[in-house]
Amino acid sequence: MAINGRTKKKDIPEGLWLRCPGCEEMVFRKRVEENLHVCPECAYHFRVGARQRVAMLVDTDSFEEYLPNLMSPDPLGFGDRKSYIERLADAQRQTNLYDAAVVGRAYIRGRPVVLGAMDANFIMGSMGSVVGEKITAAIERATELGLPLVICCASGGARMMEGILSLAQMAKTSAALARFDQAGGLYIAVMTHPTTAGVLASFGSLGDIILAEPGAMIGFTGPRVIRQTMKQDLPEGFQTAEFMFEHGFVDRIVARRDLRSEIASLVDYCD
Amino acid sequence: MARACLEFEKPFAKFEEQIRQLERDQRSRNVDHSAEIRSIRHSLVAMIRNTYDALTPWEIVQVARHPDRPQTADYVAAFVKDFKELHGDRLFRDDQAVICGFGRIGGEKVAIVGHQKGRDTREKVACFFGCAHPEGYRKALRVMRLAEKFGLPVVTFIDTQGAYPGIGAEERGIADSIAVNLREMALLKVPIVGTVIGEGASGGYLGIGIADRLLMLQYAYCSVITPEGCAAILWRTAEKAPDAAEALHLTAAHLEACGVVDEIVPEPLGAAHRSPREMATTLERRIGRRLRELKRIPTDELLQQRYQKLRCVGVVVEADKH
Repeated sequence: MAINGRTKKKDIPEGLWLRCPGCEEMVFRKRVEENLHVCPECAYHFRVGARQRVAMLVDTDSFEEYLPNLMSPDPLGFGDRKSYIERLADAQRQTNLYDAAVVGRAYIRGRPVVLGAMDANFIMGSMGSVVGEKITAAIERATELGLPLVICCASGGARMMEGILSLAQMAKTSAALARFDQAGGLYIAVMTHPTTAGVLASFGSLGDIILAEPGAMIGFTGPRVIRQTMKQDLPEGFQTAEFMFEHGFVDRIVARRDLRSEIASLVDYCD
Repeated sequence: MARACLEFEKPFAKFEEQIRQLERDQRSRNVDHSAEIRSIRHSLVAMIRNTYDALTPWEIVQVARHPDRPQTADYVAAFVKDFKELHGDRLFRDDQAVICGFGRIGGEKVAIVGHQKGRDTREKVACFFGCAHPEGYRKALRVMRLAEKFGLPVVTFIDTQGAYPGIGAEERGIADSIAVNLREMALLKVPIVGTVIGEGASGGYLGIGIADRLLMLQYAYCSVITPEGCAAILWRTAEKAPDAAEALHLTAAHLEACGVVDEIVPEPLGAAHRSPREMATTLERRIGRRLRELKRIPTDELLQQRYQKLRCVGVVVEADKH
């Protein structure tokens, strides 16, 4: 189930200048972009799309994408206030992706890996059949090739518009990871903003090593639901990367500029 | 004992009251109403059958949540012999939203894992209304590992609206506990027979929901999220839950059609809560049959089949390349 609460992080709006949600300062858009979409003033990590994520992690031109054209045929004929078909078409137009994940083979600082990246701008990065299939395929390829696996999560959870099929992707991806684990593969999960619900409760949490970007929202149940159920205010910093680190569910909080070198050196320890 | 009554069950109550009155009259005045009683009973049965044949998905959700619907503990009491409940996750506490233990079903030694919602208010509070904390999932995994160690098949009962939505659950890693169960259950070296007995919603269901054979009671439902939760997010109001229930395709027939559920277990006339004993007898027989079936499959093949079953769920197409 996709969480859609408390998302302070927005796409970088059009225009030369933009206001950073972290420090509230007006910052020069180009400087943010050149800085891996991190605020040069306060290090606030803006959301990045799947393609940008891949581009900033891999060695130039080394990415070889798997299953690039997979898409959902809207298996349930789902519609709420808007039809799923329309939502998909809108998201495809906005992101230039067919669905919320990009997977493939790549090199990171010369180390061969299988890499997955999710796109929070595509229907909240929610996981339906396509995301589940792509992630599973990536895990299986990593198992066959004996390569380390890196998945950058960014998701509101399971995609409601595919009903039980979406929930089943949690089981599918986790089962594939069980085999990968058995085969001795290294899986580095990177939790980026937001990593929640069904993705957190499946492959998101199953990393041998779990990294998180600073300030990312990470949690299972949406804060609004918890607030309503508990009838109380939530503690400061609840369900952030730092909160998860403090409670022992994240190994390292890693700034975006260090992600490449962190992954590379962790891979070296575990090959 | 007065039975809780759903809106669409109210007409049944009227007939039942008529029958009771005639029976009373028969006794007190020593007259014979048997023909009339038979005729009303006939109409009642027809009415229940017609009503239940035409239930909307949202009404099915109501049946799945019926206050008198049998729960895990009721099935355990009905057909699990010599049940030895096992408590605690060895890490934090005993979560009563998940019942675990050893027992015998039809002479077969098994491990039992099931959500428990609780019947009266005190029980419901103690069981968190069937919404498990990480401790519940970790206890379940501990007992499943015991089952694996001693070669006992695992029998699960699924009945939850989801994992517990609270601060403590988040602090102690509710997502981690579910994810780990998904991974570990995928490779558990003993057969798993699961049954969705009431509600099977969200990751809270899936956390004990991996199975080699998944059964589903006729009026249970299974969904990525409760209809209210879905409506609150997509329609922006929980009042649209009936629409969400329709859109989510959460009924047993849909679940069987998409390959998640292997077998629909028929319920007695008017659903499980009207004849819990009959329901238990049917379920015991069906579970027993599946256990015998799985026992014959070598472990390697069992795990291979389990993987394929999980692997093949989902519908994707290749986009037209422009």
